[in-house]
Amino acid sequence: MGLTNHSVGIKAVDSGLVIKKRTPDDRVVALAGNPNVGKSTVFNHLTGMKQHTGNWPGKTVTNAQGYCETKDQTYVMVDIPGTYSLMAHSAEEEVARNFICFGKPDAVVVVCDATCLERNLNLVLQTMELSDRVVVCANLMDEAKRKKIRLNLPLLSKRLGVPVVGTTARKKKTLDALMETLDSVVTDRKPQSPYLVQYPTCIEHAISLLEPVVKEKSGGKLNSRWLSLKLLDQDESLIREINSYLGEDFLQDRELQEAIQHGKEKLAQYGVTGEDQLKDLIVSALVQSAQSLCQGVTVYADRQYAKTDRTLDKILTSKATGYPVMLALLAGVFWLTITGANYPSQLLADGLFWIQDRLTELFLYLHAPAWLHGALVLGVYRVLAWVVSVMLPPMAIFFPLFTLLEDAGYLPRVAYNLDRPFKRCCACGKQALCMCMGFGCNAAGIIGCRIIDSPRERLLAILTNNFVPCNGRFPTLIAIITMFFVGTAGGAGSSLLSALLLTAVIVLGVLITFGITKLLSQTLLKGMPSSFTLELPPYRKPQVGKVIVRSIFDRTLFVLGRAVVVAAPAGLAIWLMANVSVNGVSILNHCASFLDPFARLMGLDGVILMAFILGCPANEIVIPIIIMTYLAQGSILELDSLAQMKTLFVENGWTWITAVSTMLFSLNHWPCSTTLLTIRKETGSWKWTALAAVIPTVVGIVICIAFTAAARLIVSF
Amino acid sequence: MKKLISLDKIAPGQCAVVDNLQSTGSMRRRLLDIGLIRDTKVECIGRSPSGDPSAFLIRGAVIAIRSEDCKKILVSLA
Repeated sequence: MGLTNHSVGIKAVDSGLVIKKRTPDDRVVALAGNPNVGKSTVFNHLTGMKQHTGNWPGKTVTNAQGYCETKDQTYVMVDIPGTYSLMAHSAEEEVARNFICFGKPDAVVVVCDATCLERNLNLVLQTMELSDRVVVCANLMDEAKRKKIRLNLPLLSKRLGVPVVGTTARKKKTLDALMETLDSVVTDRKPQSPYLVQYPTCIEHAISLLEPVVKEKSGGKLNSRWLSLKLLDQDESLIREINSYLGEDFLQDRELQEAIQHGKEKLAQYGVTGEDQLKDLIVSALVQSAQSLCQGVTVYADRQYAKTDRTLDKILTSKATGYPVMLALLAGVFWLTITGANYPSQLLADGLFWIQDRLTELFLYLHAPAWLHGALVLGVYRVLAWVVSVMLPPMAIFFPLFTLLEDAGYLPRVAYNLDRPFKRCCACGKQALCMCMGFGCNAAGIIGCRIIDSPRERLLAILTNNFVPCNGRFPTLIAIITMFFVGTAGGAGSSLLSALLLTAVIVLGVLITFGITKLLSQTLLKGMPSSFTLELPPYRKPQVGKVIVRSIFDRTLFVLGRAVVVAAPAGLAIWLMANVSVNGVSILNHCASFLDPFARLMGLDGVILMAFILGCPANEIVIPIIIMTYLAQGSILELDSLAQMKTLFVENGWTWITAVSTMLFSLNHWPCSTTLLTIRKETGSWKWTALAAVIPTVVGIVICIAFTAAARLIVSF
Repeated sequence: MKKLISLDKIAPGQCAVVDNLQSTGSMRRRLLDIGLIRDTKVECIGRSPSGDPSAFLIRGAVIAIRSEDCKKILVSLA
């Protein structure tokens, strides 16, 4: 789950089980698999879609669908969330199981990690109990080769009785083989004789008592052996689903009830009484089957195959270097962003304002009325130009850099490093992953909170996600730091200082996150930290070229597009407010002076506060609104560099106190409207949504007032 | 009969073999899902910078588990 058209904001609705076939002949294929085995990459390559991928478990949290075709067939591919099992312990496992079970796909492709085949077989075996058309896709064959893991896939295929295809999702050719196999499976050209897991005698005995009745009563709609097992197991979430799928009468049936009772008595005769006991036996049978199926299939030619990973782990997560490396990486990313953004930003500003001059000439030449020129050129166009020149360069550099870290597999290590502090706040280390997502976009971060199983901890993560500045707020912070604390002259030294200051702001945001999380855990969301397992995936070499292209086209341009859509009407509104007067004073001045007394208390001024309020649809436009408003109040008319911007701000009364307060308020204020709507959707409650807006706002006001009072006191001495 | 200790007592670099799980509810199921059944070999490969959680190599995958949860996993030293 990342930043694409599909995952940000309102469009990110669960697609549920609604499959949109393009033609009635479309075959529906589910892509299942453990988390982080490259399922989304396979999906993207097959369908040509751009579902965001990244090297950490739990990115895909809802079903996504796409289309692909072969010579013989057309397919609807459904990417379901990655799970270790189909026993449905968490929301995404339930989504996965429900689709395989009740979505009636024509076939299921189980994507496996070739470097870790044995564990992946657990899911394969469970899927084979449910569906009789299964294809195993051993993905990441290149990784396996690099780690000198030899795989005998034909042998595995023979043992499993279903096709096994080795793929490297990054190489299209290997996927063609997968699709050919799929063709023969959906058309039943290749009869399958799937391996069935043998359970201990007691369970087999109980199943044999139950299965004939289940078969008769369910009318063959579901695999009767599997259903019998689940009925013995009393899987509650499944029973709910069965009620809605087969009708409530099914479970009420007396004969069936008796058969279940019978089966349970049989188990009890063998000494299996507790619920846990039965589950243990079932899972152990699965794991042991996987183990024996893999014997001879996987050969580790190099026992030390994971040596590089372990060395990297030592550097990235050890006591001495874990935290320093984390801070250094963060500062490094910022430094590259700031240094790299400086020059293109200036170039863009020059270019865009040159166009503005030409537009003005055009309007003059056409004898267009002054108000039209004002509204369109000085209003709409100028705000757009500011948004593009201030926002685009930092985004175009930050997103790819961050995606590189994500692809390499660093983010789960951040969660691992930060779990202890989060546990102290009675929360969960996975919250760190949501925060990392928040760097891109808070709305995406909030959707990402689904990876947290405990509802209480998930809510904590949702309510505090806004303390991580999103990409819409970075450029604001960078611009202010550059103008007021480092100087606009540039140079490597000054951009290093900017990067360090920005890192300090982020660290402050993280500390506030800890504080508020702890406060909430002790008041509104009381509770103990829940149990926690986190997979640390193998490091993978990121595909640099692809990351750059993908993050520029999918993320940067998309986020910029959103900003532009909001900025254009905002530009118009600002121009109108500045030029329509009531009682001889413009509406803009009315609003600004109304907000001014309170804003002054916070170290801001009325204009800045108003800009934050108007910037609610997208934080990207806050700085452009401030500039526009000051310009409309008419001190300088031409403005095309950060140095001139600083002059403008200083003439409007900015001091270093204003600069710091603006940064603090940018870090701590209400989330943008897209984020708020996402929170509403994720929590299903306006109450939590309101709280998610109130908490950061109150924090921001308190911090700003306290800082301003303290700073003024120091200055006055 | 081998001496049983809990998994949090295993130092980085040490290996152990699972004897039984005392965890309950969803944690138990999650541990079983990742293949942590009786006789499974577990190797501790490191601790987080603040000492908790620890990372374990389980059936080829690296999984981080908190120390309270480790206390409920009984193992014998390999």
